[in-house]
Amino acid sequence: MAHPLLTVEGVSKTYDGFKAISELTFYLFSGELRTVIGPNGAGKSTFFDLITGRAKPDRGKIEFGSDPSSHHDLTGLNEYEINRLGIGRKFQTPSVYTEHTVWENLVLSLHGPRGVFASLFHRLSSTARDRLDELLRLVRLGEKRDWKAGLLAHGEKQWLEIGMLLAQDPKLLLVDEPAAGMTDEETHRTGELLLSLAGRHSLIVVEHDMTFVKQIAAHGQVTVLHQGTVLCEGKFDDVQADQKVREVYLGRGKHGTR
Amino acid sequence: MATARLRLSEPLAITAAAVLFLGVFPFLHAQGVISTFTLGVWGKYLCYALLAISVDLLWGYTGLLSLGQALFFTLGGYMHGMYLMRMIGDLGQYKKPIPDFLVFLGWERLPAFWEPFASFPFAVAMVFAVPGVVAFLFGYLAFRSRIKGVYFSILTQALTYAASIMFFRNNLLLGGNNGFTDFKFILGHRLADPATARALYAASALALLLAFLFCRWLSRTKFGLVQQAIRDGENRVLFSGYATAHFKLFIFVVAAWIAAIGGALYTPQVGIINPSEMQADKSLEAVVWVAVGGRGTLLGPIVGAIGINALKSWATRAYPDLWLIILGTLFILVVLFLPGGIVSLPARLKALWQRFRSPRLPDPAPPAAAESASAKP
Repeated sequence: MAHPLLTVEGVSKTYDGFKAISELTFYLFSGELRTVIGPNGAGKSTFFDLITGRAKPDRGKIEFGSDPSSHHDLTGLNEYEINRLGIGRKFQTPSVYTEHTVWENLVLSLHGPRGVFASLFHRLSSTARDRLDELLRLVRLGEKRDWKAGLLAHGEKQWLEIGMLLAQDPKLLLVDEPAAGMTDEETHRTGELLLSLAGRHSLIVVEHDMTFVKQIAAHGQVTVLHQGTVLCEGKFDDVQADQKVREVYLGRGKHGTR
Repeated sequence: MATARLRLSEPLAITAAAVLFLGVFPFLHAQGVISTFTLGVWGKYLCYALLAISVDLLWGYTGLLSLGQALFFTLGGYMHGMYLMRMIGDLGQYKKPIPDFLVFLGWERLPAFWEPFASFPFAVAMVFAVPGVVAFLFGYLAFRSRIKGVYFSILTQALTYAASIMFFRNNLLLGGNNGFTDFKFILGHRLADPATARALYAASALALLLAFLFCRWLSRTKFGLVQQAIRDGENRVLFSGYATAHFKLFIFVVAAWIAAIGGALYTPQVGIINPSEMQADKSLEAVVWVAVGGRGTLLGPIVGAIGINALKSWATRAYPDLWLIILGTLFILVVLFLPGGIVSLPARLKALWQRFRSPRLPDPAPPAAAESASAKP
């Protein structure tokens, strides 16, 4: 069997006595599109924080790299080091540089040297320009390349951030609620975009909108988080039919009275 | 269209200002039209403009509100001042070969660390080295610990406050509360000569021009983009693979150098440097210059520093008791009614004029292009 791209084993994280993540074990294979769902407070954001270096686990193992001989221990690295390994993150609330143009937002995200001195004498190559033009078309912002990102509509900002993520050319994309604040049509298009990325990239998508989840999880696995640990994992239909999942979501279980 | 015209006219405006400050003023002084006193006052304003640029580079462009930039200005002034003190030779009040304050403190010989300051190149190196090292150490610790926002501002204010207390002490052997004064010579020329004053003024104007052009270049590089992205969304930058602390440290040291150059040119023109220049309120004043002139622009701090100091020169003579009230009122008015500062006034008036002429016209359609052109000169 192939080695997972992302290995999370026995990870726990406690904030002031509150167990945000407890004994979480999770594997993601190369090219996979995994959808993560779970009620509020299930630990989805903390899960992303732990992978991207914003938070450090109290114990457990987080490793990245599908080659067993050269994988990286992520628990000892910080945000920018982890990003440079090829892990990109899209935040829940769209975070773009509001005072920069759409184009500049993408330029800043484009894969390449990240050092102080490299950026002082940086020039865009023509291949880089082509790549950026291609990305602009992909996220349908070609018309607005010289707009300040702060002037874009909410959905457009979400798309721009996805474009920024793709510009980094990451191996793994962590996408937090990409469809939030989008119309049904935009949501559907976002789903298609994410599906088209699977294979070439690996993705973990956190989402609440069940229509959207059904769309993007058509071929992949769904992981249900509850109280900081994996409740169940499987195909969308199986997960939907699962009794434990129903209890958690419909609030009929013994933990569900809250 | 308006954008294109603005872009074209910008180098023209810079050249015109450079010719005026670097050519016309010194020429008029040489002809006796402008007095040496007036030229010296303008030289002082230009030094303050360098301080203002350094504040804006951090506050307006990187989102780091430093309330301690006057410290680096004053350190630069002290390093150059030490050279100027050595150049007094034995012409001081006590006719001894060491500075007067050391004689007064009972010293017979020069302390060792004063020795190399007889060399002008050494003093110039120290103008950069001392503020640079202080900025590097402070910045390294602050940015590594991810100190941000108001906490960063408070720490910078505390830093300059602590430094001023240290410099007020006589046993630091840097002149105590009187600092350095009574300078006589610079590079073999008498400071009292009008020609020396003119050269110092011209050096200040040139330094300001170079600092302006450097910042203009910097803001258009990818570094400048990263810098402004840190201001608007540091997390996104961090999660895009940039070590934001390195970028902030770099710009903090560069800003300290620009302030230090201002201070080094300030000392011989004003004729005195003492610890009151690094007291907390001096740094705050520089922040007001930037806010009033227009932060996040390169012209704003220069306009603010020169404008407010010219106003101060006038007001402290005409209404000495009211100066702080005038300054405070001006600051409040700008914050309330003109957040973009004085440099945003032309665009504001133009918009008003257009609305006055055709009141039913909808807002101009492509707002991005027009705004970005005026916001980032």
